[in-house]
Amino acid sequence: MEENRKLLEVKDLKVSFFTPAGEVKAVNGISYSLGYNEVMGIVGESGSGKSVEAYSIIGLLQSPGKVTGGSILFEGENVLEYDAEKMRQFRGNKVSMIFQNPMTCLNPVYTIGNQLMEALTCHDKSISKEQAKARAIQMLELVGINNAAKRVDQYPHEFSGGMRQRAMIAMALICEPKLLIADEPTTALDVTIQAQILELMKDLQKKENTSIIFITHNLGVVAEICDRVSVMYAGHIVEQGLVQDIFYRPQHPYTKGLIASTPRLDEEDQERLVPIEGTPIDLLNPPKGCNFGPRCKNCMKICLREKPPYADLGEGHISACWLHFMKQKSGKTALAGKENAANE
Amino acid sequence: MSDQRVLLQIENLKKYFPVKGDRMFEKKYVQAVESVSFSIYRGETLGIVGESGCGKTTLGRTIIRLYEPTSGRIVYDGTPIYDSEQKIAVNMLPYRRKMQIIFQDPSASLDPRMTVGEIVGEALDIHGLCQGKTERRDRINSLLDEVGLNTEHANRFPHEFSGGQQQRVGIARALAVEPEFIVCDEPISALDVSIQSQVVNMLEDLQNEKHLTYLFIAHDISVVRHISNRIGVMYLGQMVELAESYELCSHPVHPYTQSLLSAVPIPDPDVTRERQRILLEGEIPSPLNPPSGCRFHTRCPYATDRCRQEQPILKEQSPGHFAACHLLDK
Repeated sequence: MEENRKLLEVKDLKVSFFTPAGEVKAVNGISYSLGYNEVMGIVGESGSGKSVEAYSIIGLLQSPGKVTGGSILFEGENVLEYDAEKMRQFRGNKVSMIFQNPMTCLNPVYTIGNQLMEALTCHDKSISKEQAKARAIQMLELVGINNAAKRVDQYPHEFSGGMRQRAMIAMALICEPKLLIADEPTTALDVTIQAQILELMKDLQKKENTSIIFITHNLGVVAEICDRVSVMYAGHIVEQGLVQDIFYRPQHPYTKGLIASTPRLDEEDQERLVPIEGTPIDLLNPPKGCNFGPRCKNCMKICLREKPPYADLGEGHISACWLHFMKQKSGKTALAGKENAANE
Repeated sequence: MSDQRVLLQIENLKKYFPVKGDRMFEKKYVQAVESVSFSIYRGETLGIVGESGCGKTTLGRTIIRLYEPTSGRIVYDGTPIYDSEQKIAVNMLPYRRKMQIIFQDPSASLDPRMTVGEIVGEALDIHGLCQGKTERRDRINSLLDEVGLNTEHANRFPHEFSGGQQQRVGIARALAVEPEFIVCDEPISALDVSIQSQVVNMLEDLQNEKHLTYLFIAHDISVVRHISNRIGVMYLGQMVELAESYELCSHPVHPYTQSLLSAVPIPDPDVTRERQRILLEGEIPSPLNPPSGCRFHTRCPYATDRCRQEQPILKEQSPGHFAACHLLDK
């Protein structure tokens, strides 16, 4: 992909929450870009800043959260400089979002059709009510809701969980956005329904040529749907690369740990899982050096002193770990140590 | 692992919850657990999987009689603790020492106004397990130590802990009375991925040390397969398949199990994209009005007329592999 074909570029984004206890740097300088028609997965544990980052793109960050630095370029324009009116035009029209829990995101006192039509009429004042309704029915059919003409006049409580999530997807796509942000869209659903929704999203992504940012903690879902993956830990992207690179050639100890600690259904059962020891860091008092240092098996002195820079591993595969630099410096010894760690 | 001695036998267990009907004085029942029978062997881990609303949590709670069963029979270690036909319902207090439960949401199941020491110690007091304050304190400290917490944590309140640590407190509480049998009701689904494997490993270690028997309820089949010796699959209140965990995952025979397994995403991009999915149509029907015949027939791709009329029973299809499906009769 060439430089000018980027849909979204996030540069050194920093988001902090100013709490009575102090400043929490939820997102601490992340950069990535997203091409047209690309699906980027953002993986991380709760508190890693993956949702906060998405909320700042779409301008839904709530007080006491504040963007403290960096830029978000959408087709070359800095979204962070938009005023409220421009943000309204941008949100829903060019970028839209699917949330984790479809029940809390739909208004219980309006019909599904009403809510779908509202999204349309907000952005296009010239559209008539009849046209809007026809389009709403068409969208519901697109996301696989049977009997859409009748369903459009029903209320959210008459829909089941999976159908509500389908309705949410219809709502998000009704204005034909170029970018869809999906924040844990299948976490609240059962596996069989999750499979249906993932199938649907893959289908729609091909049909509508939408780029997707897919936020999740489920590695299986990432493997299924994403082209590229960013792994986040405590406000940083620790590793980023093509989905094959991340799953078959993970370089950062945290990514390795995540993959090793996930049991797989299709493999011979291993005797014990390999957990990542320790607990996630307290963002109020982040460590001085690498955020993952205190939990890392390969932690060295420098890891506790300084934050690691990114090492370029080729083809857009980057990883922030001092181990990559040790390898170049002292040659074989550090390399051998690393391979041992990978084999462990 | 398991020495084939039955610890717990469940026969035709039913649990219905009454709900208001549409008309006045009309009573309806949610058939949460409908005629479930199986045995749990001493020292094994029996996993129960199924979608939300299939009755797996209700089953776990009914077995230890946190919910009073509607009918059926529960035999613990040779003694019936509940039998609806012979009208047996024993006092559960002595059995609470033997059967314990770990709840799903640790932040909701720990009393926010009690310290961790009080939470763990309460069970010791109720059963009179400690003489004197020193013994009680030592016992609490050793329990906290066993689940990987520090002794000074005893004076803290639940909100001061992370989710993973809270779950450890919940486990220490269950272990306090030295039980033989523990119902683990989704013990890890509220935890982060990197913490989940810590807790799973700890549960396995405790089982080996103390020869515990687990009923492990979860919706994450990959984890259940890892920890269980045998797995039972539930659908709409009924057990549809039960087998050794490796056998169940490699040779599922019930159409529901097959589609459930094929829906689980595998963390390997090439494998998961190549895989053939059996996508189920529609969603779980309401347990208020379960379908006639086989409860799965509304979503089953192979349903026949017989499935719509006649209920299949759980039968041994091959040694140790039970399934309830008419298609397997030939």
